[in-house]
Amino acid sequence: MGLLEVSGPVMIGPSSSHTLGALKIARFVYKLMGIPQRVNFVLHGSFSMTYYGHGTDRALIAGVLGMKPDSFDVKDSYEIAKMYGLMYSFESGDLGDVHPNTVLIKAWKDDLYNEIEGSSIGGGAIKITKINGVECSLTGDFPAIVIVNKDKPGALKEILDCLSVNIANVYLRRINALEGIALTIIELDENVDDEVLRCLKRLDNVVELYFVKLEEGELL
Amino acid sequence: MTFSELLEISISTNLEFSEVILAQEMMETGRDPQKVKKALRKIMHVMLEEAEKNYGKEFNTLTNLTGNNGAKLSNAVPYMMSEFNHVATVVAISMGESNASMGRIVACPTAGSCGVMPGALYALKYIKKASDDELLKSFIVASGIGNVVAKRATLSGAAGGCQAEIGTATAMASSMITYYFSRDPVKVGNAAAISLKSLMGLVCDPVGGFVEVPCVKRNGSAVNVAIACAEMALAGIESVIPFDDVVNAMYNVGKSLPESLRETAIGGIAGTKSAQEIVEKIREKWDSKN
Ligand code: SF4
Repeated sequence: MGLLEVSGPVMIGPSSSHTLGALKIARFVYKLMGIPQRVNFVLHGSFSMTYYGHGTDRALIAGVLGMKPDSFDVKDSYEIAKMYGLMYSFESGDLGDVHPNTVLIKAWKDDLYNEIEGSSIGGGAIKITKINGVECSLTGDFPAIVIVNKDKPGALKEILDCLSVNIANVYLRRINALEGIALTIIELDENVDDEVLRCLKRLDNVVELYFVKLEEGELL
Repeated sequence: MTFSELLEISISTNLEFSEVILAQEMMETGRDPQKVKKALRKIMHVMLEEAEKNYGKEFNTLTNLTGNNGAKLSNAVPYMMSEFNHVATVVAISMGESNASMGRIVACPTAGSCGVMPGALYALKYIKKASDDELLKSFIVASGIGNVVAKRATLSGAAGGCQAEIGTATAMASSMITYYFSRDPVKVGNAAAISLKSLMGLVCDPVGGFVEVPCVKRNGSAVNVAIACAEMALAGIESVIPFDDVVNAMYNVGKSLPESLRETAIGGIAGTKSAQEIVEKIREKWDSKN
């Protein structure tokens, strides 16, 4: 927290937790896989209770379309979603013992499918709490690499060897025991260059690779 | 960091107060003061731009519980308010209504309290013809005051009630005005303390949980508290209790507020029978839309 967080951010209203935070969670999906073809939002707790009056629905759609939190387009995100042919649906659901402002986003794009769960924890701050069922705690303020990899001995070491930057956190779990597939989430201190991504792509054990980049101006 | 520490640095170094605040920010966050200054200027410009664009406009808000109040006030010739107060109040209400209709706002310090600072800022610029650089210095001082509250207490209505949101916004705006006219950090401290004391205990009670009632009009009245307290401080009136202590007190009051008065839409005006009937009607309308 500093002067810029106190006297900012610039955002589309009306609520930092229900509008800004919702947009940021949905924008994580966009940063992960681009604009999906279809999304389903499962709203939990206070998100499902008051979402319409806070524009949470429009903020979520704006987020998966990649809009920034201060974009005038957020208000018209339904119309813009039509232009992109984005199919969307909303439902209320009980996501269990989670923060009251939590949303689960299921997103489809070609043969890719991802599930992102995140909470808006107040003041516009968010936490990505699950990626494809693997628990994590990403703030969205740092870049991250998400890898679907073969669950083989040495796979993680290979992955980490490619990274030349500081690693803040690593989350790892087997997601499909039958096929021997695991998901690795790595939160980084700073963006990585293309060389690192090429190195990762070259690995036999890496099945899918996503890089959630931190954009210019997102911090300062 | 406390306000009295900032004051001490400014006295011992003889630096201009906004520079002291930027230097302190660098110590705490490592951020380059020039970059922070530039970013704050940008934020200030967005505020002024939006104030200009939305001045006295009618809005179609998300719940339609507000939307034409800024327009009403701007069309009325004030009976007793000065032009400065009138303009500041119109802006504060208009920004609250713009926020409620998904307009672009600056969460300074929060979305619900987004009208107070632009109200004071816009009035300084257009009534007092303040220059951009002079405004920016005062805006940085206001941010410093908000930062003291953020560090030592809270800015969240859910944690501390509306005194933490609109109360802080008011202390910030009052400091901004006071600094603009006096360049005196001691007076700034008095203005901030007197404002926050004036709104001490203010509960967060949004009808239906939506940021419209009482938030929009509360922004309008709060900017007048900011102006009145600045006038007092400028006249040399001192706060008996220093700002840092007032901030601590506000924090303690916030902690002792029951949950029903902290953004849960259960107590306060949100708990009235009329509020519940209104919310019922809004939900029916939405359900029929879906
Ligand atoms: S009443 Fe609550 S929601 Fe409204 S401005 Fe105050 S703190 Fe924010």
